[in-house]
Amino acid sequence: MSIARAAAIILGKELRTELRARELLSTTVVFALIVIVLFSFAFDPTSVETRRYGPGLLWIAFLFAGSLMLNPTFAREQANDTWSALRAAPVPAFAILLGKMLANLIFLLLTEIVLLPVFSVLYNVSLQGILWRLATVLALGTVGIVATGTVFSAISAQARMREMLLPLLLLPVLVPVLIAAVEATVALIGDQPVLDRTWVTFLAGFDVVFLTASWLLCDYLMEE
Amino acid sequence: MPDAKAFLPLGLVFEGVDKRFGNTFALRQLSLEIAAGDFVALLGPNGAGKTTLLRVAALLAAPTAGKIRFTGRAADSLEIKRRIGMVSHSTFLYDDLTALENLKFFAKLYGLDGSSEEIDVGLRSAGLAERSASLVRTFSRGMRQRLSIARALLPSPTLLLLDEPTTGLDRGGVAWLAESLEGLKSSGCTVVASMHTRSELLALVTRAVSLRGGRVEGDSGSGGDPAVILASCTAEV
Amino acid sequence: MKWRIASTMIAAALVFGAGYAALFVAPDEATMHAVMRIFYMHLPSWIAMFLALSVVFVANIAYLATRKSKWDFLGVAGAELGVVCCTIGLVTGPLWAKPVWGIWWTWDARLTSTFVLWLMYIAYLLLRGLVEEPGRKATISAVFGIFAFLDVPLVYLSNRLWRTQHPQPVILGGPESGIDPVMGKVLLLCTVAICWVMVMGLVDRYRLEALRHEADGLRVEAESLQSDSTDFVGAVAGRGL
Repeated sequence: MSIARAAAIILGKELRTELRARELLSTTVVFALIVIVLFSFAFDPTSVETRRYGPGLLWIAFLFAGSLMLNPTFAREQANDTWSALRAAPVPAFAILLGKMLANLIFLLLTEIVLLPVFSVLYNVSLQGILWRLATVLALGTVGIVATGTVFSAISAQARMREMLLPLLLLPVLVPVLIAAVEATVALIGDQPVLDRTWVTFLAGFDVVFLTASWLLCDYLMEE
Repeated sequence: MPDAKAFLPLGLVFEGVDKRFGNTFALRQLSLEIAAGDFVALLGPNGAGKTTLLRVAALLAAPTAGKIRFTGRAADSLEIKRRIGMVSHSTFLYDDLTALENLKFFAKLYGLDGSSEEIDVGLRSAGLAERSASLVRTFSRGMRQRLSIARALLPSPTLLLLDEPTTGLDRGGVAWLAESLEGLKSSGCTVVASMHTRSELLALVTRAVSLRGGRVEGDSGSGGDPAVILASCTAEV
Repeated sequence: MKWRIASTMIAAALVFGAGYAALFVAPDEATMHAVMRIFYMHLPSWIAMFLALSVVFVANIAYLATRKSKWDFLGVAGAELGVVCCTIGLVTGPLWAKPVWGIWWTWDARLTSTFVLWLMYIAYLLLRGLVEEPGRKATISAVFGIFAFLDVPLVYLSNRLWRTQHPQPVILGGPESGIDPVMGKVLLLCTVAICWVMVMGLVDRYRLEALRHEADGLRVEAESLQSDSTDFVGAVAGRGL
């Protein structure tokens, strides 16, 4: 069975499970909202500096929400040992990882799409005319978060204290994504919006490096 | 590449297999040859290594030393996995999905088209047809075990690995399991099932292998009489 | 044993020599005077850190390729020594910055990147501590270690690109540009000294891990021998276990 087909089957299962349980998406969105609101108490949201702080705040909210959301990816498979059922099935190891990565990508992107208008309203930032370019930055950054996060979720699922461990492993490693995504977003919401090529290329490079590493190392994550 | 649906008899060979977890050896220098079509009762006290042996056979755990190989025409490990069915201590089922959804998912993973027909037959045979649209979370222990077995049998495996499969089953469930296994046995399926000496499945057994301390203690052999081994194991209990 | 004595004596000689050179032989720096001498500890400790972390990377790959425990021992040894050297660098940086710039931390690109590095390898060590079974621990930490190392250049690059857009005072940027030849030699001596001590620490930590592993194995074997003999006795007495 090809990797793409197997990944699609697993993606289907992940989506169906979430549709049934409906717990992941809602809690992720609410948590991100809480982070955004908290920031408004820590910094004055009405001042001119929001242009500068806004994107940073947004991406930190995505990072925090993402690293919480990524935990159940593999932890969920430990109930009833469905993890072994997946590994025993005749599907390539990378397909399992890829299917889950795609599911997480969809969930995190959905969270971001919900949060964006909220952010724009609360912090008075106009998104007009930059939507497609912003979508590019969001997509590239989210792929980075999700690719790395899914692999690290597989890693931390095999350790104790996995809910605390995952952010510990993930957030330092995602610093380059944070910097690049924030700078690219800042460039877009300024007075003269421009899609910063350097940062966008950097994000794409990060994604390629980490996706390739995941592909090369996935078998080691699947052992017993 | 052989047709995915073609019957491919599978035997397995353990050659000096060690399986180590940290500093404990679950399997020690275990050598065993199981011919295609054998119906093996795997016996032994707790901690003897039965579950580990089954997991190594299912390609879930790789041997720390030694190797395991399969006899039969299968080429790569994915093809072999396609033909292995496993029932474990855990149910291998998703609680948040319905019985039907669970079976459909695994059917697709095993290369079946997931058509409702095959799955309905499986569910009906397991006595779960009325509850096919219920979440597994709502199932009783016995029903989960039935569904777990149905899941393993769905892709018509030629090697069945069963870890105490009668656990949680009522009399009707055991009868169904025995009937299904008999059908598979007569079509040449190899079965390795860990069980206790008073198991209802003993009538089907053609060979008995007992483990102790991760090693093979007694083996009635491929053509031999399992009664002797069974008797010695019974005497211990 | 002879090697130990010899290498310890060499280490002592190097460290004393380097210390003396850094404090008395190196010329006084034009603007910062004595404070600048921290540089002779700061930069070499970062070089030692990169050496240690490269060892970790190689060990991680080697473990996944060969599954031999010794590579896992080397990995944890390298990570611990790397974190120690990193800590020295992160402490000496602000120690220099305070008298010169008046602030402890300037978020300069290199310092910040190294701080992130420190966090990553602390996470590596924490991860190891949270996995019981040695085989899993070794495999998982090797995978994480490889990812972390691949991230290192990306962290430095992104910080650097960022700082070129938002310049900040650079810690110890001065002495690098056009270095006086005597300073250069002292720096080399200090680097050799610190790296030597780091490698000695690495070897010791490696040995410690290997010994721990051996001791665990012996203990388990002793326990199993004990239970085997009880087993035998039990069988002889006609009772199962």
